[in-house]
Amino acid sequence: MSGNPYQEDRGNKDASITRPGMGGEIEHRDSGPARAASADSFLVGEAMTGGYGKGPDILHDCTIAVDRGEIAVIVGPNGAGKSTAMKAVFGMLNMRSGRVLLDGEDITALSPQDRVKKGMGFVPQVRNIFPSMTVEENLEMGAFIREDDIRTTMEQVYDLFPILRDKRDQAAGELSGGQRQQVAVGRALMTQPKVLMLDEPTAGVSPIVMDELFDRIIEVARTGIPILMVEQNARQALEIADHGYVLVQGRNAHTGTGKELLADPEVRQSFLGG
Amino acid sequence: MDLLNAIVALLNFVIVPATAYGAQLALGALGVTLIYGILRFSNFAHGDTMAFGTTITILFTWWFQSLGVSLGPLPTALLALPFGIAGAALLMLGTDRVVYRFYRAQKAVPVILVIVSMGVMFVYNGLVRFIIGVDEQRFDDGDRFIISARDFKEMTGLDEGLALKSTQAITLVVAAIAVALLFWFLNKTRTGKSMRAFSDNEDLALLSGINPERVVVVTWLIVAALATVAGTLYGLDKGFKPFVYFQLLLPIFAAAIVGGLGSPLGAIAGGFVIAYSEVMITYAWKKVAGYLLPESLEPDGLAQLLSTDYKFAVSFAILVVVLLFKPTGLFKGQSV
Repeated sequence: MSGNPYQEDRGNKDASITRPGMGGEIEHRDSGPARAASADSFLVGEAMTGGYGKGPDILHDCTIAVDRGEIAVIVGPNGAGKSTAMKAVFGMLNMRSGRVLLDGEDITALSPQDRVKKGMGFVPQVRNIFPSMTVEENLEMGAFIREDDIRTTMEQVYDLFPILRDKRDQAAGELSGGQRQQVAVGRALMTQPKVLMLDEPTAGVSPIVMDELFDRIIEVARTGIPILMVEQNARQALEIADHGYVLVQGRNAHTGTGKELLADPEVRQSFLGG
Repeated sequence: MDLLNAIVALLNFVIVPATAYGAQLALGALGVTLIYGILRFSNFAHGDTMAFGTTITILFTWWFQSLGVSLGPLPTALLALPFGIAGAALLMLGTDRVVYRFYRAQKAVPVILVIVSMGVMFVYNGLVRFIIGVDEQRFDDGDRFIISARDFKEMTGLDEGLALKSTQAITLVVAAIAVALLFWFLNKTRTGKSMRAFSDNEDLALLSGINPERVVVVTWLIVAALATVAGTLYGLDKGFKPFVYFQLLLPIFAAAIVGGLGSPLGAIAGGFVIAYSEVMITYAWKKVAGYLLPESLEPDGLAQLLSTDYKFAVSFAILVVVLLFKPTGLFKGQSV
C-alpha cells in the first residue's frame, strides 16, 4: 500500500499469531514549538494544503475557522475532503503549506497528542470509544491527562447525557449507536476542552437519535465551548451552524453563516437537493 | 474403602499435580495473552523468557544458599524471585529498546513481530545455555513435603497415600497472589486501565493522552514478572532444564488459545484445561480402575491412553480441535 515492506501484511489471516484489527494509525511524531501568533478566530486552519503521508494533496488552500461560543460546520459532497480538513486542523495530516492557530498560538508543528493538551477535543468518526471498557472507564480515560479531581466534570457529562449515567457500568461496546456517540462526545468533554471537534457525530444513527444528538451538541455549545463539526446531513447541520463551510474537492467553495448558505441558491441546488 | 482409595489415588497422581501444573501454565499463558492483547503479536520468546528469569533466580538462590540465607521451611528461591524478575525485566526492556522499538517506529505489521520474537527466542535460548548450561538444575530446598505419602497412610489407615509437595502448595499460593495482583492492576489502577484502553483502541488512547511507549514498557515489566514467576514455580516443582522451557511454549500457547487469546480469564481457564487433559490422558488408570471395578473387569494393561513422551501431542490435539470448532476460545478472545 505505502510501499513500506514492514507494513506488508498480505496473506496473513492467522489470528492465533497476530491480533486482527487495526493498530494505531496516527503517526507518532514529536512536536515542534508552538509560537505566539495573532488571529481573528479562536481556532483557524489557514490556507491548508496537504494530504496523507506521501500521497497527493487532498486539501488545496482550504481555510476553516471557529469562534468562541460558535458552531462551525463543514459540509460538502462525498470525497470533498471534509474529514480531511478536520484531521488537518488536528495535526493528523502532512501539511505542505498553511498553518493552524489556536487561541493566539501557532500550533502547526504540534503532534495531535500535544494539541489535546492545548485544549482541543476530537471525536473521530469511527472507533471513537474503548469498546471493552465500561462507560465510566471510557470517561476516565478521556480525562487521563488531567491531574485534578474529575468527578465534577463526569457529573456534568452525565447531566448532559443522562442515559450514560444509567449505563455507567456497562461495556461501551454493548451500547446502541447513538449511545456510543454520546460516550464518544462525553469522553472528549472530559478533558475540559477549549474547542470540540466532531467528525460526523450523527453517522449511522436513526433520524430521531440524530435530532437528539444535535440538541445535545447545541447544549454543549451553549456552555461556551466552540464546536467544529463535519456533517453529512447538510441541511440540519447548517440550521444550527453559526458558520458554514462548503468544501468541494478540497477547496473552499462557499463560506458564510448557516442561514446564508441555506438561502444561497447555488448551495441549495448542488448540496441540499433544491 | 476402595472408593476412598480410588479418590486418594486420583488426587495424588492426577488432581494435585495437574492443578500445580495448570497454575504454572496459566501464569505463562497470561504473559502470552497480555502481549497478544496489547502488542498484538504472539511472543514466541516467552518460554525462553521464563527460562532466563528462572536462571537469574537460580543464580541468586545459589548465592543466598552460599551465604547461609534461607527462608526456613520455604524454598530460598522465593527470596531470589524478585531479583530474577528484575533480571528478566532488564533483559526485556533492553530487547524492546534494541529490537522491538525499531519495528514499532516502522509501524511494522504484527506478523513481522512474530518472526522477530522467534529470533529473540533463539538469542534468549543461547543466552540461558551460555549462563547456566544445558543440564538439569535442582534448586529447591526447605521442606519437601507438607504431607508425605507415608504420613498420610499412617494418619488415615488407607492403602493409598496422598503426598502434597510443598512446591505444589507454594505454586498455587504464589499463582493466586500473582493473578489477583494482575487483575487488580488491570481493572483498578490508572496505568492498568490505560493499558486496556490502549489494547482496545490505540489511536483513541493516544488522543486521550496515554503515552504508548509507557504502556509498552509496563507491559514488558508485567510479562517479565509473570514469566519469571511461572518459570521459577515450574522449576521448583519439576526441576530446571532450558530445553524443557523451550518446549513449554506449546502447552502455554495451547492454553492461551483454548481460553481465548487476549482474555486474561481465558488464559487461566485454558491453563487448567490443558494441564488436566495432559495429565489425565498420560496417566496410567490401572490403579484407580483396580479399586473401582470388580476384579473380572480389571484392565490387564496400564490403562494409559498415551505414553508421557507424547504429552505434547495432547496440547496440540486440543489446540487443533479448539481452532476448528471454537476459534475464539472458551472466553471469547479474538476470533481466529
